[in-house]
Amino acid sequence: MSTKAHNFPVQIPLPIDPRTPSRINGTRGKAASTVAALPLRGVSSDVPKVGLNDICLSYRTESGERILALDHINLQVKTGEFLCIVGPSGCGKSTLLHLIAGLHQPTSGEVLVDGKEVEGPGTDRILIFQELGLFPWLTVGDNVQFGMKMKGVGKAEREEKTRYYLRLVHLSQFKDSYTHQLSGGMRQRVALARALATEPDVLLMDEPFAALDAQTRDLLHDELERIWTETGCTIIFVTHNVREAIRLGDRVALLTFRPGRVKREFPVFLPRPRSLEDPNVARAASEILAELREEINRSLEVEYSVGVKPHVEAGVRS
Amino acid sequence: MKRAARLLVFYAGLFALWTLLAELKIWPPYLFPTPRGVGEALYAGFQDHSFLIAIAVSMRRVLIGYAISVVLGMILGLGLGTSKFLEETMGGLLVSLQSLPSICWWPLALLWFGLSQNAILFVVVMGSLLSVTLAMEDGRKQMPKIYGMAGRNLGANGFRLFWYVLLPASLPFIVSGLKQGWAFAWRSLITAEMLYLSLGLGQVLMMGRDLNDMSAVIAVMILIIAIGYVVDGLVFKSMESRLQRRWGLTSST
Repeated sequence: MSTKAHNFPVQIPLPIDPRTPSRINGTRGKAASTVAALPLRGVSSDVPKVGLNDICLSYRTESGERILALDHINLQVKTGEFLCIVGPSGCGKSTLLHLIAGLHQPTSGEVLVDGKEVEGPGTDRILIFQELGLFPWLTVGDNVQFGMKMKGVGKAEREEKTRYYLRLVHLSQFKDSYTHQLSGGMRQRVALARALATEPDVLLMDEPFAALDAQTRDLLHDELERIWTETGCTIIFVTHNVREAIRLGDRVALLTFRPGRVKREFPVFLPRPRSLEDPNVARAASEILAELREEINRSLEVEYSVGVKPHVEAGVRS
Repeated sequence: MKRAARLLVFYAGLFALWTLLAELKIWPPYLFPTPRGVGEALYAGFQDHSFLIAIAVSMRRVLIGYAISVVLGMILGLGLGTSKFLEETMGGLLVSLQSLPSICWWPLALLWFGLSQNAILFVVVMGSLLSVTLAMEDGRKQMPKIYGMAGRNLGANGFRLFWYVLLPASLPFIVSGLKQGWAFAWRSLITAEMLYLSLGLGQVLMMGRDLNDMSAVIAVMILIIAIGYVVDGLVFKSMESRLQRRWGLTSST
């Protein structure tokens, strides 16, 4: 791609751990650190797992105004990579995930998975929505089974895998509960199990832990990292929490506020497992945060000018 | 317990008032039947099986007609809920058609289907189809979009998306429409049956009229009310409460 050079991540001085850059080169699993030097995936690392090439997305508002939501997004995600996308609200982070999931089409540009253009939803890419979208008319077990059922997996295998994935997220005893009977963190884990049960290559997560309390979130961070290591899947994780992004990601991409562009990419070389309270995480986060703050300020300016104006006018008139 | 007591008092009072008015003989019994007369008519009707047959015939018809309405109404409602064009064009037409009593279709139904059961079924379908369609459309609109997206994301599409996701997701929003559709179907059926020698409850009622037997007329009216009430209570109430329990919409009672 001609865009690759311009897309190359800007290196910033982050604490570098010599043992773990391998993850970014596409090796899977915990064993990666020992075989880091071997060119295991010489070919496949050339073809990104997910490639976003010159993605633009615009839409028309109710008043007929044309809004450019995404502006020439270029991002390549390697197999097994954990990419975090941060940006102010309204930068089109969620939309980007919807595009990869095939739920929407970009106005221009192409979304590639394994080098092939995405034409619609597919169970190789599962999105965990911010609001989860668990089915309230199904039990926890049936929710987890749903994707497999749609794929035509046999009943016995479905049952077995449901048990396996519920155990993976520590919800075995809640197989027959309905989702409204669970706490927020438990529902989050059901959504995770439901997504994992279809055995996707790519897991797309849209601010999944935003609504949780700190303790639950910490726990789920650990679990997500463990599951990522065990399954070796590629994860694209959207959040507005920079520390969370550093805690989890191999790489953090920062999007600008409306229209969404990739402002910078930050590789994270801190050793895993990381902790949110780690000073190194905090230091890395502060550098990204400085840049993010600009975008947040821009978003606030826009929101203020939109939100305050009518109020002022009304005041003048009366 | 208290509720039951109140109900008992109310119905006992109503019954006493009826008895009193009838016993005062302000109007002759053939205009204002006594409770005793109605009771005897009910007994006689069940004794010679004419009521049982009528109930069976009517129930069969309403079930067939209602089933057709539900299937057609779901398809139509789905179309209306997904297509902006259909919603703008046909949506308005359907709402205006709803003000038309279904029995107005009777002359046309007779021409199209002849003096047959199909003509009755047609009127039943026309009576309930609209409310099912509109309820379905409304349900699709009220249903949170996330379920459809989540379903597609998990690999459901086409009919499977409808059957496994969109339909169950919109059920809490369409159940009241289904209930209303049932009530309309039942009313349309009885009306149509009254116009034609048809063996159903409607005809038995008209037979009472022809024989100038107002006790029998009231007995059949009681039957019609009772059946409507029982279906509503047994089928729809339990469906509603089961849905609410599953979805967690109810505070435990």
